[in-house]
Amino acid sequence: METIYQAQINFSRFLSASGQAEQPLPSWTEQPDTLVSYYRNMVLARQLDNKIIALQRTGQMGTYASLLGAEAIEVVLGERMQPNDVLVPYYRNHALQMLRGLSMEDLLSYWGGDERGNAAAAMGEDFPNAVPIATQALHATGVATAMKIRGEKRAVVTVCGDGATSKGDFMEALNVAGAWQLPVVFMVNNNQWAISVPRSLQCGAPTLAQKAIGAGIRGEQVDGNDVIALHESVSNALQHAREGKGATLIEAISYRLSDHTTADDATRYRNNEELKAAWEREPIKRLQTFLHQKGWWDEVQESAWQNEVAQLIQQGIERYLQQENPPVEHLIDFLYAELPAALQEQRARLIRNAQPGGSHHE
Amino acid sequence: MNKMTMVEAINLALKSAMRQDDSVIILGEDVGVNGGVFRATVGLRDEFGLKRVLDTPLAETMIAGLSVGMASQGLKPVAEIQFMGFILPTMEHLIGHAARLRHRTRGRLHCPMVLRVPFGGGIHAPEHHSESTEALFAQIPGLRVVIPSSPARAYGLLLAAIRNPDPVLFMEPKRIYRLNAQPVEDSGQALPLDTCYTLREGNDITLISWGAMIKETLEAADHLAQQGVSCEVIDVVTLNPIDHETMLASVAKTGRCVIIHEAPKSCAVGAEISATLAERGLVNLQAPINRVTGYDTVMPYYRMENHYMPNTADILEAVKTTLEFS
Repeated sequence: METIYQAQINFSRFLSASGQAEQPLPSWTEQPDTLVSYYRNMVLARQLDNKIIALQRTGQMGTYASLLGAEAIEVVLGERMQPNDVLVPYYRNHALQMLRGLSMEDLLSYWGGDERGNAAAAMGEDFPNAVPIATQALHATGVATAMKIRGEKRAVVTVCGDGATSKGDFMEALNVAGAWQLPVVFMVNNNQWAISVPRSLQCGAPTLAQKAIGAGIRGEQVDGNDVIALHESVSNALQHAREGKGATLIEAISYRLSDHTTADDATRYRNNEELKAAWEREPIKRLQTFLHQKGWWDEVQESAWQNEVAQLIQQGIERYLQQENPPVEHLIDFLYAELPAALQEQRARLIRNAQPGGSHHE
Repeated sequence: MNKMTMVEAINLALKSAMRQDDSVIILGEDVGVNGGVFRATVGLRDEFGLKRVLDTPLAETMIAGLSVGMASQGLKPVAEIQFMGFILPTMEHLIGHAARLRHRTRGRLHCPMVLRVPFGGGIHAPEHHSESTEALFAQIPGLRVVIPSSPARAYGLLLAAIRNPDPVLFMEPKRIYRLNAQPVEDSGQALPLDTCYTLREGNDITLISWGAMIKETLEAADHLAQQGVSCEVIDVVTLNPIDHETMLASVAKTGRCVIIHEAPKSCAVGAEISATLAERGLVNLQAPINRVTGYDTVMPYYRMENHYMPNTADILEAVKTTLEFS
């Protein structure tokens, strides 16, 4: 017998949980700009997340999927992608979408139950949130196929959770990305929980990154709370894709510090000790400690930025709360490019019912 | 004008669309070198190359999801699913994404994809190769379901489906793929969607059908004509969005109606047509609407499939019952 194939999965981390360099850092970290930008955006992401949950608790927002604990993944992807790349997101990519140009009120509008939040021109060719699990991975391969056919040097990024890696769509997407060398970056935010089901029950393999091996694409694991490790991994994967060398699966090890959504109660299934331990590893404090040590961030800057962010969020929320409902005919008008004759009667009834005296008048 | 079969007309329409529009991309299992299991894509790879005719890995969910992504980029993927029995894995992408991408982005993105699939029984195929599950798809808002019944209509309707800016499920009745070659002009002219086609005008009874059953329906109409019964024959063609007006107008004229389809009876498109004719045309009906359909059972394996398939005699019997009602 002979070994005909061997593979390994590498794990990378530069900053320890306490913000100390564990190995020589890449040269770009010698300048503060990128790291400070990551930090500021993570602070914004978290404060906005808290505010959206507060809006939901006071009846001003629908069911919302918090990104708490995924801030590092979000900001690194958001800052490393180029405007002409395409994002095919899942439902926990709010900060990433905002870094791609989505306004706060459009983000809030979507989670407030209005699809106009998906319509923002600033989203360009990016997909709206995939709510069914893992379907986005296949759409990403389709976008990448279009880029490859046209010979464009662009990349597609798609994100999913650990649970989504159990779905056939995910495996079929990796497979075709390998077969056709597609310019895709598959980011798995392995936050350890798919609602109440832990990572250990999701898959028997020791890593999710190794699913890449069966598809013939690159696969690696990074500390998803470490912006430096993420930056290296994401930059390489994007470059690889844009150069026509194919896809990469990045498994970012994070922790879902929140409930699954505002409709969930994680205390029903999750040990508080585990949660407390995860807070010791979270991404913002880790980078803050590092920036403090470098002298690139201090209490005065922190306080000023927190205040500025609070104002930005307040303004965004005010704009969101002032939005009028869309016209009722939107329910039918965007189904087809042109309204089919068969729908004209139903459209008229919809409008009639919404008018004063109608059965659905508000 | 060359005489050709339906599958040849489909091939010609694909070529015509690809010559006219570089964004039309063919994909599916065995569509390349092999030219498709029914040869509908034969010769396309040689003419248009590997970048426009993609032999995909064997994964139907992927074919549908990939097409959604390609279409969002402005390409026009024309994907083939080999048999109706294998289309089920595509449904999440058709329902959840293709059919609602325009709606949920308020037109920012849209999904001009075509999914071609041969369907129906009568060719002694293996299990899972002969289903007629059009009703499962006809209820999906935003998804057009189009079924041709002749070579010339297959050519013009497929061109229309490809040029349509929204997703189209193009169901090809494979039992008549190679029957009755007829002249088809490579005119590049699309035929209208969302409208019924009245194949024969008549005054005594309206026969409504689609796909391969149009063959038996026309045979029945011929037979009845010899007996002095004048049948109006309507090919529904687009099952969603459906043109009820043409059918209502016909029944207003004839007062009697038989609906013919291969699919099981319950909750089928025939039931929707029947309900609408009753809802909006009851006063014009002189007899109960009759339906000639498959049974509410599993599509049988080939040795027994003739017992399942409606035939001309079944249509004649239903017409007789309907005409005799008073």
